[in-house]
Amino acid sequence: MPRSDRMHPCPGATEPRHSTVTETPVITTSGLTKIYRSGGREVTAIDGVDLHVREGEVYGVIGQSGAGKSSLIRCVNLLERPTSGTVTVDGQDLTALAGRGQRASRELRQARSRIGMVFQHFNLLSSRTVQDNVELPLEILGRSGRERSAKALELLDLVGLADKAKAYPAQLSGGQKQRVGIARALAGDPKVLLSDEATSALDPETTRSILQLLRDLNRQLGLTVLLITHEMDVVKTVCDSAALMERGRVVESGTVDELLATPGSQLAAALFPVGGGASGPDSTVLDITFHGESTGRPVISQLARTYNVDVSILGAAVDTVGGAQIGRMRIELPGRYDDNVVPVGFLREQGLQVELVGQDAPARPAGSEVKEVAK
Amino acid sequence: MTWSEMQPLLTQASWDTLYMVGWSTLVTVVLGLPLGVLLVLTDRGGLLQNVVVNKVVGQVVNFGRSLPFIILLIALIPFTKMIMGTYIGRDASIVPLAIGAIPFFARLVETAVREVDHGLVEAVQAMGGSTWTVVRRVLVPEALPSLVSSVTTTVVALIGYSAMAGAVAAGGLGDLAIKQGYLRFETGLMWVTVAVLAVVIALIQYAGDAVARALHRRGGRGGPAPRLRLLKAKEPDAPAGATDEARQAA
Ligand SMILES: Nc1ncnc2c1ncn2[C@@H]1O[C@H](COP(=O)(O)OP(=O)(O)OP(=O)(O)O)[C@@H](O)[C@H]1O
Ligand SMILES: [Mg+2]
Repeated sequence: MPRSDRMHPCPGATEPRHSTVTETPVITTSGLTKIYRSGGREVTAIDGVDLHVREGEVYGVIGQSGAGKSSLIRCVNLLERPTSGTVTVDGQDLTALAGRGQRASRELRQARSRIGMVFQHFNLLSSRTVQDNVELPLEILGRSGRERSAKALELLDLVGLADKAKAYPAQLSGGQKQRVGIARALAGDPKVLLSDEATSALDPETTRSILQLLRDLNRQLGLTVLLITHEMDVVKTVCDSAALMERGRVVESGTVDELLATPGSQLAAALFPVGGGASGPDSTVLDITFHGESTGRPVISQLARTYNVDVSILGAAVDTVGGAQIGRMRIELPGRYDDNVVPVGFLREQGLQVELVGQDAPARPAGSEVKEVAK
Repeated sequence: MTWSEMQPLLTQASWDTLYMVGWSTLVTVVLGLPLGVLLVLTDRGGLLQNVVVNKVVGQVVNFGRSLPFIILLIALIPFTKMIMGTYIGRDASIVPLAIGAIPFFARLVETAVREVDHGLVEAVQAMGGSTWTVVRRVLVPEALPSLVSSVTTTVVALIGYSAMAGAVAAGGLGDLAIKQGYLRFETGLMWVTVAVLAVVIALIQYAGDAVARALHRRGGRGGPAPRLRLLKAKEPDAPAGATDEARQAA
């Protein structure tokens, strides 16, 4: 799908982490809990989630079906009332605005108008043209007709659909519909964009272009994006930070860099899998992660030469994660871990992250415990 | 009875029917639409969930629908007299007609509005829309094709009811067929009147369907009616393209 090049201010795969991220928290949840009660049965969909999304970052929440991802994102703009806990968006405690009962208070509605949301199934009004769909949030905000149409056309241009303004949603492809959905979500000039599986109904090619669009918008407008996905690829392509959800809890979270630097991180392993098992019982298998400048150095040959050990490479990969280059390698050294303390020390000295693979791992923290590596 | 004798009777009766049905449809839509929407909103899980209101309104609507129209017509005489000053004649008959049709129409509205994708409601809530915004910008416009069909069905039902309105001297085509035709053994007049009624109903149904289909197609949810699609399938589109390619290859 051709789009104008001005959407790519930072071309290239090895671009540095972009500078829109600040340390200001934009979305904060604390102790967020959601219990659904239906027919006497209780389902704890979210169980005490503390989320910290910084201004200007793309934050991915990943997890299996039923982990509570949708419930979480729907609690952020209070489409779903949390059972307990608080949600703060852009300094405003939304849970305090909620009002009683199911109806949203005026203040909450105003706050929502500053939070954009895109949906898996686009949720465009079929009775309205593309332009009228994008104008809808502005109608709700009470803007004048001229202002609305100017803004809508500008946004449609931004998402590359200026020529479809008068079309009806039914005449668009899935990817085009999602672009309209994004344009509509941006109409109220939100600081925050929530995206629940925005690409799950799309083919891989279209998914890439939509993710690219989200990333461009994030950089161009400094938009903070909280996105839900069940695809690791999505996290890998666009996210600055990520959280892994399991059964309603966040079991890992942090920036992608931090996660990759965390020993035993499930997210890191999933983001960046290297295969291969040990060839025998009397050997040590290590996962080595290279970041930034260490990617280029001939560490392994140095290791082999300096300590005169036979290094077998079981698997290796170099990839771009969140815009930075990362290398991972799984190597095997002869002998038990105790025999290899010195070579492992050498690798660590080189600034590499070294992780022991295997059951009898003395240096490895238990993988099941809750890890919060964000500062 | 000759045609020239029938004609003024038919013209007058047609106008009476149009008048009664037109006004009662208007009243029915104005009151039945909010009632139908209310039934959806107050239902369990609805935007204005209120079990008591929902049950009460639902029961009243059911009761209204279960009454045979002729009984309603008579039962409403005091009420009609109260608001119209009389219960006799064309104008007065609008009251029982509308009251008879409102529950019927409200149920049709309820069904139509329930069909609207809840995701759209959420989208509008997520952009800060109030319940009123949801009703006005989502529920009604998105249900519009079905609502138009509901109005058509209601108009046709009202034409049927209006025949019974002859009992309160309201006139109209149905009344003409019964009183002047059937009861006075003017079989010719009766059949002509029935034919006029049939044509009127067919026209209304046709017009209603056409509008609903146009709205539906705009939303792209249906495309042309199946009948038309069959005709289209016979158009030799693919073979033409194939021969074009063959010609180019040659
Ligand atoms: N409205 C609801 N009423 C009752 N239970 C619900 C409701 N919505 C979600 N749940 C339950 O809460 C749990 C979490 O659901 P949720 O939709 O948040 O998961 P998810 O991570 O988004 O899954 P998926 O990847 O399939 O979308 C599930 O067990 C689900 O059955
Ligand atoms: Mg979900």
